[in-house]
Formats: sequence, structure tokens, C-alpha cells
Amino acid sequence: MTASMQSSVGNPADEKRGMNLTLRIWRQKDPSVKGKMVTYKVTDISPDMSFLEMLDVLNEQLILQGDDPVAFDHDCREGICGMCGLMINGQAHGPQQTTTCQLHMRSFSDGDSIDIEPWRASPFPVIKDLAVDRRAFDRIIQAGGYISVPTGTAPEAHATPVPKADADAAFDAATCIGCGACVAACPNASSMLFTAAKVTHLGLLPQGQPERNDRVVNMIAQQDREGFGGCTNIGECSAACPKGISMETISRLNHDLLGALRAGARPKS
Amino acid sequence: MTVTHAGRRTPKVAKTNSIVKKAVMAVSGIVMVLYLIAHMIGNLKVFTGRESFNHYSEWIRTIGSPALPHQTALTIIRAILLIAVIAHFWAAVSLWRQAKRARPERYVTKKAVAQSYASRTMRWGGVIVLLFIVYHILDLTMGVVNPDGNDSTPYDRLVASFSNPFITAFYVISLVLLGMHLRHGIWSATQTLGQSNRRRERTVNAFAIAFSTILIAGFLIVPFSVLTGLVD
Amino acid sequence: MPLDLFSVGDPIADTKAPTDVPIGERWSERQFRGRLVNPANRRKLTIIVVGTGLAGGSAAATLGEAGYKVKSFWYQDSPRRAHSVAAQGGINAAKNYRNDGDSVHRLFYDTVKGGDFRARENNVHRLAEVSVNIIDQCVAQGVPFAREYGGLLDNRSFGGTQVSRTFYARGQTGQQLLYGAYQALERQIAAGNVEQNARTEMLDLIIVDGRARGIVARDLVTGEISTHFADAVVIASGGYSNVFYLSTNAKGSNTTAIWRAHKRGAYFANPCYTQIHPTCIPVKGDYQSKLTLMSESLRNDGRVWVPKERGDTRDPREIPESERDYYLERIYPSFGNLVPRDIASRQAKNVCDEGRGVGPGGLGVYLDFAEAIERMGRPAVEAKYGNLFDMYAQITGEDPYATPMRIYPAVHYTMGGLWVDYDLQSTIPGMFVIGEANFSDHGANRLGASALMQGLADGYFVLPSTISSYLADGPFDKVDDSHPAAVEAVQGVQEQVQKLLSINGTRTPASFHREVGQLMWDYCGMERTDEGLRKAIDRIQEIRKEFWTNLKVTGDWHSFNQTLEHAGRVADFIELAELMCIDALHRRESCGGHFRAESQTPEGEALRDDENFAYVAAWEWTPEGQPPVLHKEDLVYEYVHLAQRSYK
Repeated sequence: MTASMQSSVGNPADEKRGMNLTLRIWRQKDPSVKGKMVTYKVTDISPDMSFLEMLDVLNEQLILQGDDPVAFDHDCREGICGMCGLMINGQAHGPQQTTTCQLHMRSFSDGDSIDIEPWRASPFPVIKDLAVDRRAFDRIIQAGGYISVPTGTAPEAHATPVPKADADAAFDAATCIGCGACVAACPNASSMLFTAAKVTHLGLLPQGQPERNDRVVNMIAQQDREGFGGCTNIGECSAACPKGISMETISRLNHDLLGALRAGARPKS
Repeated sequence: MTVTHAGRRTPKVAKTNSIVKKAVMAVSGIVMVLYLIAHMIGNLKVFTGRESFNHYSEWIRTIGSPALPHQTALTIIRAILLIAVIAHFWAAVSLWRQAKRARPERYVTKKAVAQSYASRTMRWGGVIVLLFIVYHILDLTMGVVNPDGNDSTPYDRLVASFSNPFITAFYVISLVLLGMHLRHGIWSATQTLGQSNRRRERTVNAFAIAFSTILIAGFLIVPFSVLTGLVD
Repeated sequence: MPLDLFSVGDPIADTKAPTDVPIGERWSERQFRGRLVNPANRRKLTIIVVGTGLAGGSAAATLGEAGYKVKSFWYQDSPRRAHSVAAQGGINAAKNYRNDGDSVHRLFYDTVKGGDFRARENNVHRLAEVSVNIIDQCVAQGVPFAREYGGLLDNRSFGGTQVSRTFYARGQTGQQLLYGAYQALERQIAAGNVEQNARTEMLDLIIVDGRARGIVARDLVTGEISTHFADAVVIASGGYSNVFYLSTNAKGSNTTAIWRAHKRGAYFANPCYTQIHPTCIPVKGDYQSKLTLMSESLRNDGRVWVPKERGDTRDPREIPESERDYYLERIYPSFGNLVPRDIASRQAKNVCDEGRGVGPGGLGVYLDFAEAIERMGRPAVEAKYGNLFDMYAQITGEDPYATPMRIYPAVHYTMGGLWVDYDLQSTIPGMFVIGEANFSDHGANRLGASALMQGLADGYFVLPSTISSYLADGPFDKVDDSHPAAVEAVQGVQEQVQKLLSINGTRTPASFHREVGQLMWDYCGMERTDEGLRKAIDRIQEIRKEFWTNLKVTGDWHSFNQTLEHAGRVADFIELAELMCIDALHRRESCGGHFRAESQTPEGEALRDDENFAYVAAWEWTPEGQPPVLHKEDLVYEYVHLAQRSYK
């Protein structure tokens, strides 16, 4: 792929180019067929490109050849929507602790071979190639990842002060973008970190107290129902999390869950 | 219209909540660790000589005697331990199977970032430790596979086994594995029982390492002493 | 103005706002006069909501909770992906928690002034009134806003205002607000009040007997084209900045829903009002797929400068203070670095045009935190802006703590959108438009932290209240697939999809998108001229022709085909681009984000022409070959005195 094939948007003068890479990409037409790794070459890749821009280059090439471009999910491309997510050389979102869209090619070297696979977990079935269906996460939220407050019923915002430390810790947990890297990286394909982040966020705030017991019990029940694995506290999730959600949230979830069960909370069937 | 992309399969519903299983694993693990502490301290009696060690072994079997029948306390301990082992094993297998179901298609390339050797070997390490325990009971408790046979005293069985470098090597490997199992197990149990947090995380990990090292060292000192002739 | 580019039709006016009462009473009066739907009857009424951002998500949740049957649509896998998630800075509300003289009236005034007197007073006043309820609602939902040590909410100031009324959650306010709405929506989905349609894209509007009654949508996974019917349709599909190809919008953000509704009869208002955000990371190369914004809040503590000399390529740290030009502080002493976005952007363009720009291609200015780090200490800067700095470092590979960041303006928001009345109803009865997709509240320029406010105001409070007036006439006669209007709409969509696949030319959708985007940036971007716009219109028509004869889309329609999705969106962007240029050409004044080089003050500031252009330009689509029809809505200012904006 050469620069001339693209029209000149921007076009600063001192652009760096030059990496040649071998990509091995999981291709799978749809969930009903078996997939396999297919090898592609891309040339003249700039180290300033994002990983997804590198895949754009490949796809433009494939389209022009009349081949099927590689399907992958992405949207905001600024690391916040959680839509992108690829297993890159065996690591969720690649070698940096960030989202795939924020991974830049300067993390690789000329001549590298890169394996690209979709998230693999049975609750995340492959839709096509590298795109997976993550709606299991939505269903976990549906099971209790909210505070029930009908529109218009809220009291004055300053009616309940929240200690800064709690608000900050709640925020840290609330930054989870639901990308699924935790599940992808976990040897057990567990969604514990995702669930724990929400349980922690809402459980730390005074507004979240009334539903605290039911929330944790139901979210965990849903997580099991979706077919995620169990947590064995290995920590791959937190190490892969682009938002650095900590293992502490899992401990907090466990604490809440055992407390809720002792208090008699039981999941809705 | 309800969209049903990518044919969502109905997963097998786990009957027991995965965290309850984990809690069972943690509590049974703690029970076994408590026993191991007592066991290790008891072992050190070997340095007080044959007489004293055999007497200790006899004392365990006669606690409460003559008010209680022979071996009452020991039987209770054994029963509790057996339940703990079974519960621990059941929880482990069940979570293992859940994990297998959760990822039927494996990665072509997968790199571990955070996992330690200890956490990676929890499952196979656990199985090896279990096999070791079975052998250990047959060897030193029941004596059926002991070089000295089952008629000898506990002290003699111990010396007989550990005088054999191969048996000692097996003990050492198994105990090191057990140590690693404990190292991750202690951290994991703290997490599972909801007692860890960011501030405590480092302390818990340091404690787990120190505790398992001391415990295993306490166990290992006995075979090494036999091997080096310190105990004979 | 040549008549071949457009024709002028009848004026249009909002008839819903009760102008017979003072402005502060109009919203409650409208609510009182509006008709209600009894809770038992709401179950018989179905509402389609397209989009799940702050506006669509909050609307779907609130309507579902109210008892209506809601069908919600989004093109991503989860409602939580909607691009509202990326808003960084904050959300305004007239709480006056700082005791710094803020009030509903001041927020109203600031917004009208910030919009360069091209917004409707009634809508803006309502927005300011409702703003305080939004904060209450979000806090109750568990949105973790920044707090002070006393446990109360923290505020910061934002561009274009002199009070601190912006609530924020570090640099991720949009994310946290969106998750609040998302969680409320998921709760309603779980309760069975909202039907979810993930990865489903609206491709046409179905109108029956003059009322919007449904949509045609394509399931992006299976390719299935299906119809969905309702008693009302709410469009909350966001803005159209991606017409520029490079913008801060998500890659999937598109104009398709509003554009196809426009082609079905909804007027498109002020399409040329686009906002160019001053603090984005500069373009690096021709492969660039999107631009990343860094919150305007950075201008609170960062100082913007360029070298005084042109072509100064020294390391910025080696340029002494005396050779730096802090041009915003110099030109606007009272607002300094906090001037509104349009002004900050244009001044950046000006200094770069003078050859004093920095970085690759000379398209950048410095945003320097050295002084802030010295004053507040690095930990305080980290706490306030850490995630933005990390983002910058990640993208550019440079350390912003050590060396000044480089920034350049990028397209960020579109104030224009489908025309709506005070009830947020479009010119098609039964079709409501909320959030960035409508045109209503920001005039010619949006102030920072006002987009989140408007999205949530529309979704939580305004629409759920106004829509009942319309629905009180329902339920309407049942319609199904066999209705001629539905058959025709489905056929049209199928034909277009098949056409896109059958051209089999030599250019990808992305290459057309880039070309039209570059053209728009060059001629319909920060500065617009009569000549440039005419050139752009000619070129867009050529691009459009080439698109339909030389496009290449691989694969088929009945599967997951992202190239096909993109092609359909680009087709709409090309048509919209032409209308934007026509609108920009016809508005021979400068106002807010619309800067016509022919209309400026001697100091180079935007010069409005209130006598001739104090109106909303609402465009009506006409069939192929006919020029669009302009309908003017006169803007009446009763409470705000029209004045030249000054931030000096």
C-alpha cells in the first residue's frame, strides 16, 4: 500500500513511513463455519499509525483486490467507547495497557509478525472475523447494574454529600468501558472484573445502598447464566484492562456477595 | 422484532453460584492450612528424639483417654480434613469445568502477563499435591508403601523413607508445589472472602509468600535432616 | 444569489411556545397547556427511538418508565457505545453552587450570546431552567461527579463564561453521564418496557397519512431489511461532523437517519453551522482516520502560544518568553485563553496562516502547562488532567508534562440539524428530533459543556413531556408491512443497497469519503468564501456522479458487511455536503462557527448582519434536479439585546 493510493487529507511534510509487517488474522465468515488464521503482508506502515489505521490500510487493499475486508469492531477510536478489542500477539489490546484503537504502530518493529484474533469466550460468540457479540455484558447490567431512580424523582443534588474518597473510588471503578478485554485475557474467560467494577461503582455511593444486596446477587447470577468462567484471582484481567480497573473491585464484590447471601438476598430466577 | 444475531446458545446454568464455590474453596483451604501448621510443628518433634516423637504420635491417638474411646480426636480431625479435601476438590473441578465451557475455542497465541507460576499451576499442582497426600498417608501414616513396612514405629518409618534420596526428592518437589499452591491460595482466599483491598494487597501477598515459605521450610527441614544424618 | 442553487419558500415559525406569557413561565405554561396521556393508555402507544446517546438513551429510558412501549435502535453492539461517551469536559447547570452570580437567566443569556444570537430564545431559556434538574437526576443515578473534600459537588469554568457552572467527572463526564442513561435504559429493557435492536441501522422513515409511523432498518449482522412501526418516531442519531471525514466523532457517527428523514420531508435547519473545536491533536498523516479532541477544560490552566517569528523551528522549551506570542491573552485580555471555541479556532488558523504554526506542516499551536505545573505542582495537574495527558502521550508519543502539547482545531459538533418546534417535533408530524440531531438550542456556536446539557434536557425532561401532546391523539390506525408506504420504503432501501453493491468500480467508500471531507474542510471549514463554496458545490456534484458510477463495495447485502454500511453513509454525506455549502453560501454574514471572509470587522472578528440574516434557514428537500427550498424562521429577541459579541 503506498501513500498515493489515499487522497491527501492532512499530509504533513515529515511523515515517517516504512514498516513492513506480516499479519496472521483470524478469518471466519460467520458463526456457523470454522475459522482459520490467514497471513497477509502490509508494507510501508508508519509508526504513527494506530493499530486500527494499519488494519484500514490492509482493508482498503483487500477491497480494491475484490477480496472481503477483515471485519473488526471499532467506533470512537479515542479509547473510550469500548467497541474495539483484538487479541494481538496473545494479549488483549496488544502489548500496551490501552485500547486497540490507542495502540500505535510504534509499539512494533519493522519485520514483525503479528497474530490477531477475536476475543474468545463462549458468551462472546464470533459474528465475523474479529467482531464478537458482547451483549452478554448488557444483560449483566440489566440484572442489576443500575440505581432505580425514575426521571424527575431525584432529590436536590447537594442533599447527600459523598466523601471525596468514596466519590473518587467510585469513579475509578465507573471508568470501565465494557470492552471485554478482562474476559478475553482471563484464563477462565471470567467476566468478574467487569461485574465487579459496576458493583463497586454503585456500592460505594450512598445512592447505591438500597439495592446493594440485590444488585450483586443478581449480577453474579446473570454472569454465571451467560456462561462466563469463575474467577481464580489470577489478575490477567486487571493487567489487560485499558482503564486499569483494580483487583480490589473483585474483593469488594465478593465481600458484598457473601454479605448479601448471609442477609438472605437471593437471585431472581 | 427481537434480534438474535450470532445464534446465542443457552449456556448450561451453573447450579451453584461460582462465588459460593470459591468461598467453599477458600474456607476448606483455610481449614487445611490450619491443620498443616499443626502438622508442621508436630513434625519438628522429630528433633527431640525417637522416644519423644513416637510418644507424641501416640498422644494424638489417646487425647481424652480414657474418658473418650481411642483415636476420638484424631478421627474427628481426619473427618474434618476429609470433608475439606472433598469440598476443595469439588469446587476446583466444578470451576475448572466452568472455565473450559467458557472458552471452547482456544487462542492460537496467548501470552500471560500477570499470572505467576503459582497461579498457573493451581490446578495441576493441586492434583499433584493430592496424589502426594495419598502417597504420604500410605507411606508414613499407614506404612503400606513404607520401606520399613507398617509394623515399625512412626519415627522409624520416617527415617526409612527419607533415607531414600528418591523418596525425599519426591517429597521435596511435592512440598514446593504445595508451597506455591498456598502462596496463590492465601492471596486468592483473601480476595474471595472479600478481605483484600488496594492498601492490603501488597501486605497480603508478602504474607502469603512468607507464610508458605516458613511452613514449607518447616516441613522440609525434617527430610533434609534425615538425609544429612542429623536425624537417624 | 443565483436562483439555480436554491429557491425561497414560505416562512416557517414555531407555534408551540406560549409567547403570551413571560419567558420564565413559558415552559411550565406549555406543559400545562399540552395534552396528557393517561398512564393506562400509554401501554397502547409505541414509540421508536433511534440512537442511544445522552438524548436517545435518556428518552428511551424515561418513555419506557412512563409506560409507553419503546423500541430502541442503535448501530453499535451496545447502547453504551454511543458517541456521547467521548465527551470529556463537563455539563453546565445553573445551580449557582459557587455563589458567583450564576442564575437561570445568566445561563440563558450566555448561551444565546455564545450562539452569536442565532438561537431561539424560548428553547434556550427552557434548557437553562431544566439544567438544574439534570444534575439532580444524574447524581441520584450514581454518576460519580467530581467532589470537594466536604463531599459537595465541584465545579469548573468553561469557555465563553465567567462563572463556574460546569459539573464534571474528571475528563470523562460524557462517559459517566451516558452510563447513567445507559443503566436506566437497561433497567427498562429488563423490565420489558423497551425492546432492544442492537446493530440495527435506520435507513428510511415510513410516513402514513402524513404522520411518521415507522422506520425501515437493516440488521447489520444478518443484513435483513425490516420494518418497525410505532405511533411516533424519535430521532436521536447525533451530529454529522463526519461529513468532513476527519472529525472528533466516532467512525460510525453518520447523518443517514436525519438525512433520509430530510428526504422524506423534514426540514434541515442551518446545516452550515459547524463547530470547529480548538484543542485537538493535530493531523499526522494521510492515513489518519479520525481526530482526537482534548477537553477544552485544558484551556483553564494551559496557555496557548506560537513563536513570534515565522518559521521558528526551535524546540519549544528553548524559545524564551520574550519570543513567544500568547496570542489569545494578547488579543482578548479579559477572557484570555477562555474565549469561545469558534474564536479560539479561528485565531489558531490565523497564526498558522501567518506561517507561525508549529509541528508537522505548520498546522499546530502550543498548549503549554509549564506555568500551571509550576503554580499548582505536577500532582495537581495530574489529578485534574491526567487522563488527557495520557491520551496525548499515547497518540503522539510525546510527554506533555515535559514539552508543550501541540493542538489544532478539528470539526467537533454540528449546531445545525433537523428543524424542530418548541415541542421538538420536526416538520413531519409524529417525528421528533432530539439532541445534536436537531438544531434548536445552540444557534451558530455551542458553548462548552452545553451539548451534554442539551442532550439530557431533551431526553429526560423535554421530549417525554411534549410528546404526549401529540400522542394524545393516538393510538393511530394499525399499519403493517403490506401498507403501500412501507412497501415503497423497503423497496427503496433494497434498491439502494443493491445498487451500491453492483457498481463494481475502482474506488472504495473511504476514498470518496476522504475526498469530500477534504473538500469540505478546505472550503466549508473555518473560513468560507463565496468563490470557495461555489467551487466546492461544483466539485461535490462531480464526486457524487463518480460515486454512483465508480464505487467498489465487496461482499453481499445479506451478511455483516461494514464496507456496505460505510458506502450508504458516504452517499448521504455527499448529498448533505452540497446542502451545507449552499447554506453557507446563502448566509452572507459571519456568525459563530460560520465565518464568511467577506463579512468581518476591521479586527477580523465575525461580523453578523442582523438585518438580513437573523433567521433560521430551514431547508426543504426537493426531488433530484430541483434546487432545495429555503424556509426562513425569523428569530425574535425579546429578552436578550442583540449585540456584537465581545470577549475582549
